[in-house]
Amino acid sequence: MSNLVKIENGVAAVATDQWTLVQLPATQVEERKQAGKVVLFKLTGESTVTEEQIANTVIPATGKIIVPLSVFVERNNELASRIAQGEVGVWLATHELLEYLIQQQADLNTLPIIAVFVERFADGRIFSLGTLLRTRYGYKNELRAFGDVLRDQLFFLKRSGYSSFAIRKDRSAEEAIASLNDFSQPYQGAVDEPKPVFRRYNRGA
Amino acid sequence: MYKYDEIDQQIVDERVTQYRDQVRRYLAGELSEDEFRPLRLQNGLYIQRHAPMLRIAVPYGMLSSKQLRKLGDIAKKYDRGYGHFSTRQNLQLNWPKLEDTPDILAELATVEMHAIQTSGNCIRNITTDQFVGIAPDEVIDPRAIAEIMRQWSTFHPEFALLPRKFKIAVSGTKQDRAIVQAHDIGLEFYRDANDKVAIKVWVGGGLGRTPIMGSVIREHLDWQHALTYCEAIIRVYNLHGRRDNMYKARIKILSKAIGINEFRNQVEAEWTHLKDGANTITEEELARVSKHFEVMPYENLPDQDAGFDAALANNPAFAAWAKRSIHAHRQPGYRAVTLSLKPHGSAPGDITSEQMWAVADLADEYSFGELRSSHEQNLILADVKLSDLFAVWQKAKAHGLATPNIGLLTDIICCPGGDFCSLANAKSIPIAKAIQMQFDDLDYLHDIGDIELNISGCMNACGHHHVGHIGILGVDKDGSEWYQVTIGGKQGNDASIGSVIGPSFSAEEMPGVIQKLIEVYIKERTPEERFIDTVRRLGAVPFKKHVYAKDEVSA
Repeated sequence: MSNLVKIENGVAAVATDQWTLVQLPATQVEERKQAGKVVLFKLTGESTVTEEQIANTVIPATGKIIVPLSVFVERNNELASRIAQGEVGVWLATHELLEYLIQQQADLNTLPIIAVFVERFADGRIFSLGTLLRTRYGYKNELRAFGDVLRDQLFFLKRSGYSSFAIRKDRSAEEAIASLNDFSQPYQGAVDEPKPVFRRYNRGA
Repeated sequence: MYKYDEIDQQIVDERVTQYRDQVRRYLAGELSEDEFRPLRLQNGLYIQRHAPMLRIAVPYGMLSSKQLRKLGDIAKKYDRGYGHFSTRQNLQLNWPKLEDTPDILAELATVEMHAIQTSGNCIRNITTDQFVGIAPDEVIDPRAIAEIMRQWSTFHPEFALLPRKFKIAVSGTKQDRAIVQAHDIGLEFYRDANDKVAIKVWVGGGLGRTPIMGSVIREHLDWQHALTYCEAIIRVYNLHGRRDNMYKARIKILSKAIGINEFRNQVEAEWTHLKDGANTITEEELARVSKHFEVMPYENLPDQDAGFDAALANNPAFAAWAKRSIHAHRQPGYRAVTLSLKPHGSAPGDITSEQMWAVADLADEYSFGELRSSHEQNLILADVKLSDLFAVWQKAKAHGLATPNIGLLTDIICCPGGDFCSLANAKSIPIAKAIQMQFDDLDYLHDIGDIELNISGCMNACGHHHVGHIGILGVDKDGSEWYQVTIGGKQGNDASIGSVIGPSFSAEEMPGVIQKLIEVYIKERTPEERFIDTVRRLGAVPFKKHVYAKDEVSA
């Protein structure tokens, strides 16, 4: 059974997944992906994915695919016709930079799906990435969280602009849906409701 | 003080429901230890040596008598009949049962209280000066903005899981009493050249393992932008702060690593997108929240009272207490009173249920039903008439709350330490008690005068030892407990971080070490000098020499 929760027209339900996730092959230099290297990465512009990994990534010949950001950028020519047909989405890890995606793809709405991979649920960068994709770059299509996605983060993910959630496989997606509505009137403006409570509700004087 | 409306009440009620289910899933084995940890921490629940510890939020240190009474009830019903005020103005319960914590939160919600974000890697309780709203040197009362920020930071979705904890302090006085420079963000309110309310924004301060004073990231920010500017700062931090090493994860490490100028550039670039957005504070919202902090219905009184003057003249014990425990007030005929939670020989900041009820009664009778907790771990009655001070003293004394040591050597700031906390390297409370007993002579204490002594049981620095005039840090050496001593730290506008005087000491040596530091001060001071002034004038050398003199002889 699918473990994907999807919000459509404001209603959350378990949905079947039409997308195939394309993974990078494993590498020897795994530690470069460590979350803490990000500052260094940003300062040096160093890549966290090797040329070899990108070249060796196996892209299925047909069907709807979500490819790693680095593959999307480096092998874009190969994918061009499928991108035009709306068959290609992009995924990025929480330490990757959105600027890298924007440089390649100025109009993000060409992409039917963007997915963000969170390795450990406690990595809150995923919230800022969702917020930036929606508010800074005007992305309107499906925004998915996958990886270590657990129900107690769903409310925050939804508020940060995510519309689908691949719940970790050992947990119930059905049960997780309840947590999307943990709070009915949040205080601050965020992606799903840009107005803070003091601009949308008459709190009297 | 701020009163909940239906929105605020719904949020704390929904939180109780959410947390109750999280505890149920944890106990049912549906949540692992690692998965439950951030959830319970964001609700103030630590797992400690003996039992869980629950930290209850006291937003910017304001409490009503009703709330304090309820805290006394909760401590009685679910704990061992006492609580502990922390250096972040919160109340901690040391012995609750995990299974009871949802019920405790439900009881707290009935008096508009909660434990939201009192721990964990999120925006913590916002702190301020305990004399806010009444201090003569106050330029701006920052409580309305602090409350607006409390609401904004509560379950802020983007900042729910930061690299590390995030502490904000606000201050609106000429003399800083909120240690804004030692916070992740410090907001210093002032009136600008056009007489408008403006904010000087400090960033990247913090104590802990790497003590650093903050830098000014913006000299002038209009108050309307307090939320969006903080969002810009915290977004840059959330995306780029280190997450691989918890000891390098605070914002201070990021701002040092890339430099304050580069950090400022990134924040300002981010802010251009957020400025004037929906989270900009409106005049209406400020006015709505400010109504909760209007001045109290004071009587028109002369700033002198014959009965008070007579009591001072005739009762030396009252006079000694008054000298230390009574503070200036902007309203003539009124004073603020500090109730000492530092009786000699007990854990600093501890308070029994009976004392909580007694203080609540005092607040109702003499101070408009409100009180404050201070980061020095005492309680304050903010609005007492001069003519009531003697009665307040008598009643406080009857409950053990009138030790005349406020601001003196035995008014020790101290974390719970190794007796309770699983992070601690060493015990801190027994050290505090031993020092208090060493200096149990009130005349001598008053002669030593203003001094701040801070004790932390580990480098997480909950006792703020770096900014103590004398700081004591518990360290672990080969599995035994030792204490490192610093002098010359200071909070306030001229804040500084103390320097280590030399090799660390055993617990038994500590009272003697403090004694020697004081001896040097007494010998060298000029008539006007406080301990900290003498340290700053002479430097640490004469103090070191005297403290380690015995070692030199034997060596």
